Amino acid sequence: MQVGGLAQTVAPNSIFRKQVEALSGETISACFQCEKCTNGCPVTIAMDIAPHKLIRSIHLGLKDEVLQSDTIWVCASCETCTTRCPNDIDIAHVMDILRQLSRSQGVKDSQKNVPLFHSAFLTSVRWYGRLHEMTMAVIFALKSEGMTGLAKQANMGVEMMRKGKIKLFPSRLLAGRQVKAMFRQSERRQKT
Amino acid sequence: MKISYYPGCSLDGTAREYKESLESVAKILGIELEELHDWTCCGASSGHVTSDKLGVALAARNVVIADKIGKDLLVPCAACFLRLKTAEKELKAGNQIEGISYKYQGGFNIKHSTTFFREAISEKVLTARVKKPLYGLNAVCYYGCLVTRPPKITGAKNPEDPQDMDELMTILGASVKNWSYKTDCCGGNLILTHPEIARNLIKKLLDMAEEAGADCIIVGCPMCQSNLDTRQKEISRDNGGKYSIPIFYFTELMGLAFGEPSTGKWLNRHLTDTKALLKQKGLL
Repeated sequence: MQVGGLAQTVAPNSIFRKQVEALSGETISACFQCEKCTNGCPVTIAMDIAPHKLIRSIHLGLKDEVLQSDTIWVCASCETCTTRCPNDIDIAHVMDILRQLSRSQGVKDSQKNVPLFHSAFLTSVRWYGRLHEMTMAVIFALKSEGMTGLAKQANMGVEMMRKGKIKLFPSRLLAGRQVKAMFRQSERRQKT
Repeated sequence: MKISYYPGCSLDGTAREYKESLESVAKILGIELEELHDWTCCGASSGHVTSDKLGVALAARNVVIADKIGKDLLVPCAACFLRLKTAEKELKAGNQIEGISYKYQGGFNIKHSTTFFREAISEKVLTARVKKPLYGLNAVCYYGCLVTRPPKITGAKNPEDPQDMDELMTILGASVKNWSYKTDCCGGNLILTHPEIARNLIKKLLDMAEEAGADCIIVGCPMCQSNLDTRQKEISRDNGGKYSIPIFYFTELMGLAFGEPSTGKWLNRHLTDTKALLKQKGLL
């Protein structure tokens, strides 16, 4: 995606920026394109829109380009950009909001695996109250690549099991019900 | 000294040796750990990505349990630490949190293990416990992302160049090297979703540790340890090198220096061999 090349043909529209600002509580309009976020980002190599350009794209109202980007899913949430931004924009949080928007608006993700990982993680938390690593790894492997995915993870799994690093059975918690209720409440809110 | 303790999910599984070593070391130092009753997942990597409110709620539930006890809360996992600190900020601000109605007191601190052990125990007490100084062990300390970032949440004094583990390990006798990659990212959960990106980041850290003159890397985060320790075979295969750098939890080396007999059992859980180096240095 060549956002940089679009500049001359885009009529700026502030609706999307205002939406992201309202959802995140971040003053995105404060960005003056110093590029500190991009220069410190460890994963720009795998991004289609560099972080400072993503922020600029929000300024311009390029909603589809932003929500369909690889960038929002490749971001490792390392918080370097947030730490270094001279205008105090929590960019990592903006990335979270963009991911949430992308999911809630049913945008076809450019990246399938990351949403699957998060959903596998939270499925395990919802079932057991805590993350059970093996449950998460198996759900993720099956959903991302089916039996091939499972076979790929199997070697590492066996090696870790030999080292006593795999907890076979999830914990049973009294608090499981409270955690399930939190998930239900979150879903109800998103529907309304 | 008695403090609250939130182990976090990884310490029950992939980071079992972190849990075992941390609990042993605490016992040796006379610190009584009170595990939060019925603690649940903090939401970690995935809660905040999916929903801000769910992310905060999952973590806040545990902060509330700690608040009722009122003692400082020890958190060994960097991701848990940041999530719990984020929830603490919301609770302190009196913001409405889904599923929680509770009047927050906030009379305690949430501490990551690296900071806790550096601040709570004096150098004199630590030195007195050392039976086998880590002389000759050339090390770099690697903090990763979430122990210090973002400082407005973590309260880190020096987010780009933290010192807690460096100082601890120096007190124990290790020769700690300076390097510029203390807080660079190891890729975190990208190791599952984009393994090729994560392996590149891990390779860079392993290369730079070697360049700094280190024989090993010392960490205080379960994800960093897992990424650095378990992928060296793959990285060697892809790059034709022969990576074999031990990745220690700082608590394992505290145990080793204190002469704790279980140390060998913890070290056996690593995928990259740790014992050859320690034997060569006369430490095992």
